[in-house]
Amino acid sequence: MAKKTKQNGKAVAKRNGSLTFRGWRRENGRVGVRNHVLILPLDDLSNAACEAVANNIKGTLAIPHAYGRLQFGEDLELHFRTLIGTGANPNVAAVVVIGIEDQWTKRVVDGIAKTGKPVTGFGIEGTGDLMTIAKASRVAKDYLQWASELTREDCDVSELWVSTKCGESDTTTGLGSCPTVGNMYDKLIPRGIYGVFGETSEITGAEHLARARAINKKVGDKWMKTWQAYEDQVIQAHKTDDLSDSQPTKGNIAGGLTTIEEKALGNLEKIGRECRYIDVLEPAEAPRKGPGLYYMDTSSAAAECVTLMAAAGYVVHTFPTGQGNVIGNPILPVIKLSANPRTVRTMSEHIDLDVSGILRRDMTIPQAGDALIDMIVRTANGRLTAAEALGHREYVMTKLYRSA
Amino acid sequence: MATPHLLIHDKKDTVGVVVVEGLKKGTDMLCVITADNSSFKLKSKMDVPIGHKVALTDIKKGDTVWKYGQDIGIAKAKIGKGEHVHVHNVKTKRW
Repeated sequence: MAKKTKQNGKAVAKRNGSLTFRGWRRENGRVGVRNHVLILPLDDLSNAACEAVANNIKGTLAIPHAYGRLQFGEDLELHFRTLIGTGANPNVAAVVVIGIEDQWTKRVVDGIAKTGKPVTGFGIEGTGDLMTIAKASRVAKDYLQWASELTREDCDVSELWVSTKCGESDTTTGLGSCPTVGNMYDKLIPRGIYGVFGETSEITGAEHLARARAINKKVGDKWMKTWQAYEDQVIQAHKTDDLSDSQPTKGNIAGGLTTIEEKALGNLEKIGRECRYIDVLEPAEAPRKGPGLYYMDTSSAAAECVTLMAAAGYVVHTFPTGQGNVIGNPILPVIKLSANPRTVRTMSEHIDLDVSGILRRDMTIPQAGDALIDMIVRTANGRLTAAEALGHREYVMTKLYRSA
Repeated sequence: MATPHLLIHDKKDTVGVVVVEGLKKGTDMLCVITADNSSFKLKSKMDVPIGHKVALTDIKKGDTVWKYGQDIGIAKAKIGKGEHVHVHNVKTKRW
């Protein structure tokens, strides 16, 4: 197996040359492919001030979200992990954090500051929106002008962290776009990139196969425990019917998927033939075991899942779609690929890579994998994805339970 | 290679996926098994939309339906070779 993997790597190197891209190396050594100055709200109440700052200082990016008050326990920890991870992501050059009060704001600022990047926080209480906006805008302007002079440098492809999650799946995702992502991972994981897949509920029906793809029994057991916890604590605890009404989704069924098992088997095509995942991550947890493929415990809802992967530090996302999901993310470029010729025709503005040739048998899976690698490198070099060009910036917190 | 009408993942499968738009009843379909590139012909018994499945063999009520070489559910009704396979005649065994 190792020998075959090595051969695949060589084949890519030969076809794509030295496989480098030009990215921004951050203070902590990680490499980003975007250069955002974020205006990050701690909580829902601070969205207005953040959006006002982003309106004042053109080129900065506010990312409003719905939560952050009266959360507690693991739900609160996940909220902080997501915010800090988003700010710490190497696609972000600098961050202004605004919160309703100083203490939790400081916690986010301190978490992001560990990367060494510029970050400043502002609390609204005792100051009011208008003064906060004025002070934060001055800092945001300094950060933006500073970031605008940072330059890209040559980096080996191994410095990329590439995540994946599919959406609006149909039978063509299992035949074409998901195996294309799998082929990319089979080629790039041996070259030293970090990968991640997730969607815990949507592996139902293929959990025996997912477990078997762990690097060893210990990691496989950890995966099974994660899947079982989701099944028991989320699905079984809250379902009001047999789930046939939501899994597969209406879109999945329109696209020809009949059962959750069929959907899961297609989903799992994203991890290729040879990759083994080396650890199981909590939602938004950064990988710590070195280069390789990881599993993250996530919802299967696209915006929630991609937000968690961005918070874990991934810098390019690959998103296979069948019926045509339109998702994007504020800081993580989302590359859409589809093998469904009808979707490629009717929703062309959303598709970055057309792999419908796989269905016509005039494109092989390895050729499609190479085309995806090419698109990943182009995206890393600065090509805006369809989702970026169309302004898709879905930033959605995963909420574990009701607030206090 | 000629453009196929139907793709099948694995030799063990009892269903294939329509990969052309507007497939009509009575089409002499070119069917390709992606695992080994082998092919065969099958006549469609009805109009089937792109992405939807067709039975490769007669499937009895209660039979397991195979795709990717794996169990994807159970037939709730008799399905004839060449007929449309979907939520009206196949269900998960989970719930």
